[in-house]
Amino acid sequence: MQKFIRVTGTAAPFVKDNIDTDVIIPAKRLVGHQRDELGAFAFEAYRYLADRSDNPDFVLNQPRYRGAQILLSGENFGCGSSRESAVWALAGFGFRCLIAASFGDIFTNNAFQNSMLLIRLPKEQVERLAAELMISATPAMTVDLQTQTITAPSGAVTPFEVDAELREALLEGRDEIGMTLMREADIRAFQNRDRSARPWIYRTKPQSTRAV
Amino acid sequence: MRTLFEKVWSSHVVAELAGGVSLLAIDRHLLHDLEGGASMRRIADRGLKVHNPELTFSVPDHAVATAPDRHADSTPNSSHLLHDMKEGSEASGITYFDLGTEGQGIVHVIGPELGLSQPGMTIVCGDSHTCTHGGLGALSFGIGATEIMHVLATQTLRQTKPTTMRIRLDGKLAAGVAAKDVILATIGQIGTGAGRGHAVEFAGTTIRAMSVDQRLTVCNLSIELGAKIGMIAPDDTTYSYLADRPYAPKAEMFDQACAFWHRLPSDDDARFDVEHVIDASKIAPQITWGTSPQDVIAVDQRIPDPSREADPQRRQAMEAALAYMALTPGEEIEGTPIDWVFVGSCTNGRLSDIREAARVVAGRKVAPNVRAWVVPGSEATQRVAEREGLDKIFLSAGFEWRKSGCSMCAGINGDIVAPGQRSVSTTNRNFVGRQGPSARTHLASPAMAAAAAIAGRIADARKLG
Repeated sequence: MQKFIRVTGTAAPFVKDNIDTDVIIPAKRLVGHQRDELGAFAFEAYRYLADRSDNPDFVLNQPRYRGAQILLSGENFGCGSSRESAVWALAGFGFRCLIAASFGDIFTNNAFQNSMLLIRLPKEQVERLAAELMISATPAMTVDLQTQTITAPSGAVTPFEVDAELREALLEGRDEIGMTLMREADIRAFQNRDRSARPWIYRTKPQSTRAV
Repeated sequence: MRTLFEKVWSSHVVAELAGGVSLLAIDRHLLHDLEGGASMRRIADRGLKVHNPELTFSVPDHAVATAPDRHADSTPNSSHLLHDMKEGSEASGITYFDLGTEGQGIVHVIGPELGLSQPGMTIVCGDSHTCTHGGLGALSFGIGATEIMHVLATQTLRQTKPTTMRIRLDGKLAAGVAAKDVILATIGQIGTGAGRGHAVEFAGTTIRAMSVDQRLTVCNLSIELGAKIGMIAPDDTTYSYLADRPYAPKAEMFDQACAFWHRLPSDDDARFDVEHVIDASKIAPQITWGTSPQDVIAVDQRIPDPSREADPQRRQAMEAALAYMALTPGEEIEGTPIDWVFVGSCTNGRLSDIREAARVVAGRKVAPNVRAWVVPGSEATQRVAEREGLDKIFLSAGFEWRKSGCSMCAGINGDIVAPGQRSVSTTNRNFVGRQGPSARTHLASPAMAAAAAIAGRIADARKLG
């Protein structure tokens, strides 16, 4: 996993509730594209007009927010499907950090697995930051995971909370699969105990043919 | 003092890791075609083997064609997914339910149907509707591609324990009200983000009176409440459902399992972090009007008026949803002309759902302006439905009777609603573009979808009798 320490860059306000993963990346793009190609389809339904030209009304198409690395949104961002492609599409678009009032549970885990930092702030705070971005000559912010701070265009600093374990993992760029593989003895011990306690779990051949 | 969720969670903790993260043992890992083959390849590329192939099962559903003469190469863009998963499964010793065999179907339909999913299990799959299996009392949830690799390589997952929520549904359902109406009304009442961070247990007399199929429908939509886990305590209904399923334990082993399952329900004095109580006897057939499952009303209600909404953001969202759906505030939703009807999916593609739709359709004709499909949730469901003659009922009414898969719920295989067209669908998501670019989706029960197909409009199934 890639490290996340600090990001300084353009931040874009898209403060709506319930931005779902179908909006972030439509299901039809889940087939026939590599992970690193998905950025072109992020927010596809909003981003393009019928002739595939850029929709000038979509906030992320505005010149001042081009190349944004930080996205601000509302409640329940990333609700819906478990597709990790939603995170890959956002990363492909250029985002490294999302600041929102809340995030979908499965999306939260997927973002972490791709070193994308999710910051939860009360909605009023997200809205204040968004309002500041909209009037700033340069809508740029710094998000620093070491100091757990967001520096707004005005220089004002907003602290944020983040799970301590998750923070360590992102700062170090941990390999979770590798770490769990080192627990193999624990896993084997659990399964051996469990095989006597719940033998039916491990009987995985069909015992009859009836279905439905 | 423990909840069903806490009992299942704690009995699967392999190790407590730092920061409140648990390493959880996984009893069943279900793979589908979108990430199945690729995940197996990624594991192999890292020089790793599948930790417990005997606990892993794979099935193609998302990208498969549903035309009656379909085969693995019917969808040229995605046929490689099927071949990769089949070859990867065979190489690793994973059971693969191939097209044309009784085991094939939507992963969340076949799990319960085959008896693979059982009470007290941890079940994961790379699909958010994995919460469905909670209807049997399993702790089941959707995971992403990297977590799939983690489970393949270690048969465990690192997870932070969610808090708990109980939703008590009490009362006898009114005639013509389905499990789908109950869960849609619940989402409408408490909101699409209400369950976030929680493991939800559905309880109460309404739930106790439900069949397993109905409970699976309720738990299926947990994720549309924001909860990745939804569970229902097992009871005699659950045990008799499982008794003779192919992969369920048999004879003494079944008795042993049953004794274990009896200890799973939440203790009487168990405490939940959040509780909701809903009078289910007041629920009427539901239909969604917007682009989130929480945008739902009873079929005899009027389309809500954003100008009456005090919160400006909510008002804007409602206006955007109504514009996308091309609906007028204040008008009756009943009578809205439609173009498509879809009966199927992991929400409502089980045999009982198909029977429910067939009862409405029997002896009637699909309206001339409507295209209507039934896509059974599994090959086995399809075969039994055909033995019961249900296919004939649908075909003679003018429905298409297709092969099992996710089909028009997600549109990944090319089964989509054309831009601007309106569908009444027994699926789970009415998101913008979900059933195809600019497609307008109204979520409803199988009976309501069938009634809409006959009327050519959004209709109250109770009036058709």
